[in-house]
Amino acid sequence: MASGAEATPLAVGVPADGMALRLRRRLRRARIPLFCYVALLPVLALFLYVRIIPIGFGFLLSFYKWNLISPRKPFVGFDNYVTLMSDENFLLALKNTTIYSFSTVALSTVLALPLAVFLSRPGRLSAFYQTVYFLPVITPLVPMSIAWKWIYDYNYGILNYGLSLVGLPAVPWLTDPDIALWALVIMGVWKVIGYNLVLFLVGIRNIPHEYLEAAALDGASDWQRFWRITLPLLKPILLYVLVTATINAYNVFTQVYVMTLGSQSAPGQAVRMLVLDIYTNGFQFFRMGYASAEAVTLTLIVLGLTVVQFGLVRNDPAKEA
Amino acid sequence: MARRRHRRVAARLGTLLAHGVLMAGALVMVMPMIWMVATSLKPAPEIARWPPVFLPQAPSLENYTGAFATAPFGRFFLNSVFIAGVATIFVAATSLVAGAVFAKYRFPGRQFLFALVLATAIVPFEAYMIPLYLQLVSIEWINTYQGIILPYLFMAFGIFLMRQHVASAIPSELMEAARVDGAGEWWILRRVIAPLSGNALAAVGIFAFIQGWGIFIWPLLIANDQLLFNMELGLTAFQFRFSSDTGKLMAGSVVSVVPMLAIFLLLRRRIIENMALTGLKG
Repeated sequence: MASGAEATPLAVGVPADGMALRLRRRLRRARIPLFCYVALLPVLALFLYVRIIPIGFGFLLSFYKWNLISPRKPFVGFDNYVTLMSDENFLLALKNTTIYSFSTVALSTVLALPLAVFLSRPGRLSAFYQTVYFLPVITPLVPMSIAWKWIYDYNYGILNYGLSLVGLPAVPWLTDPDIALWALVIMGVWKVIGYNLVLFLVGIRNIPHEYLEAAALDGASDWQRFWRITLPLLKPILLYVLVTATINAYNVFTQVYVMTLGSQSAPGQAVRMLVLDIYTNGFQFFRMGYASAEAVTLTLIVLGLTVVQFGLVRNDPAKEA
Repeated sequence: MARRRHRRVAARLGTLLAHGVLMAGALVMVMPMIWMVATSLKPAPEIARWPPVFLPQAPSLENYTGAFATAPFGRFFLNSVFIAGVATIFVAATSLVAGAVFAKYRFPGRQFLFALVLATAIVPFEAYMIPLYLQLVSIEWINTYQGIILPYLFMAFGIFLMRQHVASAIPSELMEAARVDGAGEWWILRRVIAPLSGNALAAVGIFAFIQGWGIFIWPLLIANDQLLFNMELGLTAFQFRFSSDTGKLMAGSVVSVVPMLAIFLLLRRRIIENMALTGLKG
C-alpha cells in the first residue's frame, strides 16, 4: 500500500532545481492525497449508502425477527436460517432457481460456442449476425416478457399453433409450473446467447493464428484443432462466461413476475424462484428479517460461484503458457 | 486431385449449412420483437383468432392511441427518460472522477477502496434491496423520484471502465506538464482528463442509460404512486389491470423497446465491443 507523499510517482523525471521550487512541489504533493479524498468523498458517500450499508445491514437483519408492521423486532440468532432449511417454498425456489440457472447457462454455452467458432473465420456476415444475436441482450425485460407471454399463450400463442401444425397437442406453457420453468429457460437462453457469442468470439479471435496454422500444417483436422487448441485456450473466458451467466441467472425475477404471476383475469401459478420468494416474504408478508436470510443465502451462492471461478482460472495451465 | 475437390465441396456445404443454422437462429432472435410489433398493429378481432395470422391484415394504430388513452403511458415514458437520464449524468460524473483518481493518484487506501468497489459489485442488487428499502423508509424517500434513482447513481462497472481508460490513454506527463504550469488538480480533471475521455464516457453513459431504462424490481418496491411509474412498471401495472387487451399491451411494449433498439442500432459496434472488453477484463 502506498503511504503518504513519498509514493507519488508523478514528479518522477522532473529535475529538482532550487529550494523554492522544491518546497512548492512538496506542498503540492502533500495536497494530492487531500485532493483525492475530497474528489472521492461524494462518490464514496454514495457507495457507502447504496452498497456497503445495505449489504451489512441486510446481514444483520437476517438475525432478527423483523416484521415491518410489528414494533417488536427481537434478535433470534440463526432461527431464520434454521426455518429456511425446512421451508418448502424456499427449498423449491432454491431447486427451481438452480435448475433454471444451470440449464440456461449450459444450453446457451453449447449453442453459442459452435456459432462463435464459425463466425471467427473472416466473413462478411459476421457483424450482421453479432448485431442480431445481441438484440435480446439490450432489449428491456418487461416488454420482452410480455411478448414471450403472448408467444406462450395457451389459446392463441404461435408456439402452440406451431405444435398444432405438426399434430402435437397444445402445451400449457405458463400455467403448469413444471413446464413454465422450462419456458423460462427457453427465454433465458434467447436473452443471453448473444452475450456469450460475442465474448467467445473475442476470445477465439485473440488466440494467436500461428497455433492453429501450425496444427493445420501438422495435419490436425478442424475437430482436433477445436478440442486441442481453441477450447483449452478459451478456458479462462469460458469459465468467466459460465460463472457470470450463472450468477445473473440466479437473480432471475422480472420474467417470472411478468409471465407466471398471472393477472386478475387469469390467475397463474407462479414458478417459485429465489428472488420472487424474497420479494414475497419481504414485501407481501413483511417478514423482512426472514427475507434477508434468504437474500444472504443468495449472496453466499453467488460468492461461492465466484470463488470457484477464481480457483479454476488460477489453476489453469493454459493461462501460464 | 479428386479428393481435394471433394474436400472443397464438403467445406462449402459445411459453410452453407452453418449459414442456414445461423440464419434460423437469427430469425428466432428477432421473432419475439417482430411478433410484438405485428400484434400491436392488429385490430382486436385479428388478435384473438385461430389459426393466428402472422402479419396484420388491416394494420391500424388504434392499439397505440388506445393504450395512451387508457393509461398515462406518456407520463411513464417521460419518467423512464428522466430516471435513465439523471442516472446517466450522475454515473458519468462519478465514474469520471473516481476512475481518474483511482487511475492516476497514489494515496493511502487506494487499493483497498478500489477492491471494495469491485468486490461489492458481485453482490446482486436483489440481495440487499430490503435493507436499502428500510433505509429509504427512514429518510422518507419511499415513493419519490430521488428514491427510485438513488441506487443507480453509482456504477462500479463505470468506475472500472473509466479507470482502465484513464490509466492507459492519458499520459501522466501531460498532467505533470499542466502541474508545472501551475494547474490545480480539479483543473487537470476538467481540462485534461475529461476532454480526452469522450469515448469512454460515452460508453459508460450508454450502459447507465440502458440500465436505467430497464430497471424494474426497485421501482416495483418503491413507487406506489402511478405518477412515478416508469415504462417497465407501467406496463406490468397495465397488464394486471387490462390483461385481456393484448393489442394495447403490445403497443405499450413496443414503445418501451423502441428507444433501446434505436440506441443499440446506432451505437451497436461500440456497445458490443465495450461489453466484450469489460467482460474479458472483469
